[in-house]
Amino acid sequence: MNFALTEEQQMVQDMARNFAEKEIAPYVEEDEENHYYRREILTKMGELGLLGWSIPEEYGGNGMGWMEGVIALYEIAKVHTSWRLSISGNCWGPAMTINEYGTPEQKEKYIPGLVSGEYVGSFAITEANSGSDVASMKMTAEDKGDHFVLNGSKMWISGGHTSDVGLVYAVTNPGAGAKGISCFIVDYNNTPGIERIPIHTKFGMWPAPTSELVFENAIIPKENLLGPLNGGFKICMWMLNNTRMGCATGAAALSAACLEGAVQYANERTQFGQPIGKFQMIQQQIAEMKLEDEAAKYLVYKAAWLKDNKLPSQQATSMAKLYACNAAVHAANLAMKIYGSYGYSTEYPCARWLRDAKQFETLEGTSNIHTMIVAGIELGYQPDR
Amino acid sequence: MNIVVVIKQTFDTEAKIVLKDGQIDPSGVSLVINPYDEFAIEEALRIQKKFGGEVTVVSCGGPRSQEAIRTALAMGCDKGVQIDETALESVDEYVRAEVLAKAISEMPYDIILGGRIAVDDRSSQVAVRLAEALNIPSVSSVVKLDIENNIATATREIDGGTEIIEVPLPAMITAQKGLNEPRYPTMPGIMKARKKELKVINPADLGVSDLSAKMKVQNYSLPTPRQGGKKIEGEPAEAARELARLLREEAKVL
Repeated sequence: MNFALTEEQQMVQDMARNFAEKEIAPYVEEDEENHYYRREILTKMGELGLLGWSIPEEYGGNGMGWMEGVIALYEIAKVHTSWRLSISGNCWGPAMTINEYGTPEQKEKYIPGLVSGEYVGSFAITEANSGSDVASMKMTAEDKGDHFVLNGSKMWISGGHTSDVGLVYAVTNPGAGAKGISCFIVDYNNTPGIERIPIHTKFGMWPAPTSELVFENAIIPKENLLGPLNGGFKICMWMLNNTRMGCATGAAALSAACLEGAVQYANERTQFGQPIGKFQMIQQQIAEMKLEDEAAKYLVYKAAWLKDNKLPSQQATSMAKLYACNAAVHAANLAMKIYGSYGYSTEYPCARWLRDAKQFETLEGTSNIHTMIVAGIELGYQPDR
Repeated sequence: MNIVVVIKQTFDTEAKIVLKDGQIDPSGVSLVINPYDEFAIEEALRIQKKFGGEVTVVSCGGPRSQEAIRTALAMGCDKGVQIDETALESVDEYVRAEVLAKAISEMPYDIILGGRIAVDDRSSQVAVRLAEALNIPSVSSVVKLDIENNIATATREIDGGTEIIEVPLPAMITAQKGLNEPRYPTMPGIMKARKKELKVINPADLGVSDLSAKMKVQNYSLPTPRQGGKKIEGEPAEAARELARLLREEAKVL
């Protein structure tokens, strides 16, 4: 047991913190206000190797694993939660899944661009009427011999309208439920028949693009089927067990941002002749935030450690995601209280923290779903994998 | 072209300075490469890209200075040398310059780069002393550097303008803010850094005849904390008179 970072991990943390402070922090307020996705941040991340975790070096991987990835993402997401999607959207989602299930040709064709930041990646599972119940999806992919034809629509897709390459899950054997879903690699720039509609009505995560994707007779070449036909559900669950780390890390980082802000404010703000941090009720709030923040961070580290060691990590990932999301919502709520009226003002970051925290209770498995996974594995109803 | 960069590990510029038993307490403080030295590293890597050769980063410091050297290696420098200061009884700019000069004189170099100042002790002495010890020209506070036909053309900031100086190589150049924008270490760079050579030199083995510090720090003190403001009560005219009196008699600025 060793809680210290290695020399390399320390360098990764320092570098990512420095990068986030210089390349992301200056634009936070402007991009929030304009709901603006600053594409060049992803490009820079790619150039610096921040999108290449646990990917073979022959495809552009950075030679590092999960632990280093979460350490880096934590620093980035702490500065601006919207950017927590960067690593999931490119690396832990499409690149890693193609690396696991893809053919050598697919790997060679798509992974390097996702890892270098040349492409914006994405993955599309959710539909208007299919959320937690993934197997109930309606989008179809009809086998036409040398190609598939996709019809239907996907909803709430992160990076949907900015994406160059993404994974799309669709039904290839109607009526077979989880056994009738397949995964496809979609080249959005060269596939006619896909309408991508930006969604502007989100409560938070404003600079992170979200979209509805409408497929109308979109032709996907046969060679873009990822993994076995009708094997998509398993791929999807495997992928979510990875991409959820983006949520878990982003939520833990958000709780840390709230805590840091609240501590600074409590030390500076004076009432009744002393800093408000001297009052026990503020101390109670700070202590709760600190405890939950620390626990969330180490649950994330533990899940990353299990993944690096190729050990079952589903329960640990769900615990990290569930706990960190609760910590983030709680911390954002408390931070707003500690900041008083300033907390309610958009001049301060509390409103953004609270907006961004609420996503975590829904995205990539609602808190209910993660509670079920944790309990189901604990009770022996399902294996940990 | 063989390039040597001399760097120093300093406190993070946002670190809180704490005195313990009259000495600066480094425990728990995050340490960084002196920001001006980062410009020197970046310039070295750019010169290397243009002319080829090797970049060796040299630092005089304790065990933690290896972190700074590793970061420089992660940025792209080829080799690292740490002159282990813990073996020295006392250290000052003279001692540092002497051991650096001795160590560097044994390696091939066409140009030596460093920061114009270290943000901790702000002495700005080591680089110029080093040049003197090696008997090479030095140009300080450089904001632009061009090299051609073994001649370095350095633009430096002077009061109210700039000055352009030509020096033959080998020369010592110190970097000022504005020279360039230092790169971030890349993730593959961090992985490669581990495998690069980092040599530790005991200063006693360098054969410097006199390793005793010429300067002794008498005392460290923190700046006096800022006092709260003073509010002058009363009618405006009367208050203004009182303000003028206080500025003259207490603050002594009038």
